[in-house]
Amino acid sequence: MAGGQRQKFDNPVVEWVDSRLPVFTLMQKEYGVFPTPRNFNYFWNFGAIAMFMLVTMIVTGITLAMQYTSSTSMAFDSVERIMRDVNYGWLIRYIHMNGASFFFIAVYIHIFRGMYYGSYKQPRELLWILGVVIFLLMMATAFMGYVLPWGQMSYWGATVITNLFSAVPVVGDDIVTLLWGGFSVDDATLKRFFALHYLLPFVIFAVVFLHVWALHVTGSNNPTGVEPKGKQDTLPFHPYYTMKDTFGLIVFVIIYAAFVFFMPNALGHPDNYIPADPLVTPAHIVPEWYFLPFYAILRAITFDLGIPFTEVVLIEAKLGGVIAMFGAIVLLLIMPWLDTHPVRSARYRPWYKKTLLVFVFGVVVLGYAGSQPADKVYWQTCIGSEAACEATDAHHGAADATGHHDVAEKAPTVLKFDNTMLAQLFTIYYYAFFLVILPLLSRKEQALPIPKSIHEAVLAKSKAKETK
Amino acid sequence: MKNSILSILAIACAMLGSVQTVSAAGDVAKPKQMDWSFSGPFGTYDKAALQRGFLVFKSVCASCHSLDKIAFRNLEALGYEEAQIKTLAAEYTVTDGPNDEGEMFDRPARPSDYFPNPYPNKAAAKYANNGAYPPDLSLMTKARKDGANYVYSLLTGYKDAPEHVHLMNGQYYNPYMAGGVIAMPAPLSDGQVGYEDGTATTVDQYAKDVVHFLNWAAEPELEARKRMGVKVLIFLSIFALVMYGVKRKIWHDVH
Ligand code: HEC
Ligand code: HEM
Repeated sequence: MAGGQRQKFDNPVVEWVDSRLPVFTLMQKEYGVFPTPRNFNYFWNFGAIAMFMLVTMIVTGITLAMQYTSSTSMAFDSVERIMRDVNYGWLIRYIHMNGASFFFIAVYIHIFRGMYYGSYKQPRELLWILGVVIFLLMMATAFMGYVLPWGQMSYWGATVITNLFSAVPVVGDDIVTLLWGGFSVDDATLKRFFALHYLLPFVIFAVVFLHVWALHVTGSNNPTGVEPKGKQDTLPFHPYYTMKDTFGLIVFVIIYAAFVFFMPNALGHPDNYIPADPLVTPAHIVPEWYFLPFYAILRAITFDLGIPFTEVVLIEAKLGGVIAMFGAIVLLLIMPWLDTHPVRSARYRPWYKKTLLVFVFGVVVLGYAGSQPADKVYWQTCIGSEAACEATDAHHGAADATGHHDVAEKAPTVLKFDNTMLAQLFTIYYYAFFLVILPLLSRKEQALPIPKSIHEAVLAKSKAKETK
Repeated sequence: MKNSILSILAIACAMLGSVQTVSAAGDVAKPKQMDWSFSGPFGTYDKAALQRGFLVFKSVCASCHSLDKIAFRNLEALGYEEAQIKTLAAEYTVTDGPNDEGEMFDRPARPSDYFPNPYPNKAAAKYANNGAYPPDLSLMTKARKDGANYVYSLLTGYKDAPEHVHLMNGQYYNPYMAGGVIAMPAPLSDGQVGYEDGTATTVDQYAKDVVHFLNWAAEPELEARKRMGVKVLIFLSIFALVMYGVKRKIWHDVH
């Protein structure tokens, strides 16, 4: 970054600036000739896509803030005013609203890429940790953003999530009061959430800067997980990756635009078009889709943890849920130390690959579980006399419609698999993947032969193509 | 390469799949699926239907429901002339003021006024409706899942209550309503509103028209949005093709 030996630019204006502040040299070095592995696949596109989304969110967000009013009596109507009376207000709002979802889609794929190809491993641990920090900040930002339109889900989502902090021992209630700025989710809450929602994206921007800086120190990983060994393994970033990234970005934006223009509310909840009402609780309070897996983990802990065979409760269910939810992200944070296998890429680690794909499947199932009511029953069977079983069935049906409860005298045993159990099952796998499978594979897994260099891998691939 | 793109798509689809939110408790009937002119990527509103729907809204629903987000001037989008809107607005009285003497006064509504609320406040609305609040209808089709079909099904779905459902005074049975019980009496009946264009004056037709109108009230930007969307997608697709060509050319001697 320092002056040093700087190459002169032909353009006199550029040269004048660069000799005083070498920004052009910097860009040239970091984005022009920056040596980049030649074998990236399209998974390597999602960092640039996430960057594009961040900028999109900041630009549309600031534009919305010019018309938005953060008081509980006016927030909902001010958003509707933007939708109806502000020129192209609907466009800006739908871009921002769906942008949050597509930002998360990009970042989830980006994180998956890192896991699959072992990008979190030495020497990229700090780069990875900065990424998880960005992810956490994004979740905080998105959560607070969702509160701003002050619809029913805004209000009740905020109430449920802020209440979680009351589970924290000793200081819990104080934290909640601080978050609320009072004694319930109200005007003060909305105002501080707006202030923070405006602030956090810039904090994210700063962390992204560090993230990319760290990337440019270690250089990028690549699908083989083998470090580049020389010029034959890399290409200059420009024009190779600038053009490839632009192409990928546009394909991504096409899908994004299809949502913005043709199904702008498909990813949202209809209840958020009902103004917030503290007196009416929605039938099911569900967070935005990108939080659902974590919400499922939160709800999976339905039992107190204590010393067995005594009445002593160490961790109440509510606190347990909160710990499990945040723990799920802490596990990501320490992943570089849980997986110490010397081979990076899942391509050459058959067991890691399988267990990781099951993990991804598990997260998707958790997302589904998070969207369903906790007591939803997927399968059940009744062991006992036929009559008794029928009685429980009938009781079930009638209770729904009229609220009558006829309790059968001799209750049969009902075996069932419900939504909570589904969430518990995959929460266990989530934790086991990090805490059992990764350390175990680190020691036991026999990797497939890895190519000597990127160059060799690329050549082998094109040869295979030719002989076909 | 193809594999990774496919897997990205698969993940994206799986995520979208998981988005489906829960339907309310109990067995709620699935809304009838109608063929609306405004659905689909090229959807537009039918102005005649909008005007008929407005007529139904104004002569039936407006006696209980507000339509807060719509001003008379917005009705231009239904195809009314400025003069027509002036006359239309003048049928309503709004309270204005204070005047120079500090008094509030009533005057005929102007195009810039918003649709007046049938009740002075929420308590009055509840009191007049057996304790149930008739919600504002400006966003109704967005505020329910599958909104347009839902409201249509609700309006045409009133039935005699099955045996196990006990209705209290002021309650009606409607299988499309969450829980099956609704406090709104069936608002529509055949021949209730006269149409000038010869369209059938049936409950079914009224329901279709008023839903058309309510969908416009909820999404007045829909036509502009879809029109722009088609242009944006065409532009982006061409851009993507060009970039694909550029990328291939640049990468030509690398592979
Ligand atoms: C007699 C007064 C009255 C009239 C007239 C009336 N409604 Fe209602 N409406 C109500 C009440 C009261 C509720 C609240 C019902 C409840 O919460 O159970 C309601 C609720 C609704 C709902 C919401 C149902 C839900 O899912 O919560 C819709 C949609 C609706 N009305 C549409 C209409 C339309 C369209 C018209 C005109 C064709 C109309 N209403 C005419 C009184 C009325
Ligand atoms: C605001 C969100 C984010 C932005 C804008 C962003 C941006 C970027 C960019 C531009 C790159 C280089 C291109 C690439 O390799 O894809 C990158 C690399 C990387 N990011 Fe992110 N990122 C974000 C979030 C995250 C998160 C949440 C994580 C992980 C938890 C993460 C982990 C990584 C890793 C490990 C790399 C290096 C990958 C490699 O070289 O293989 N990033 N990021």
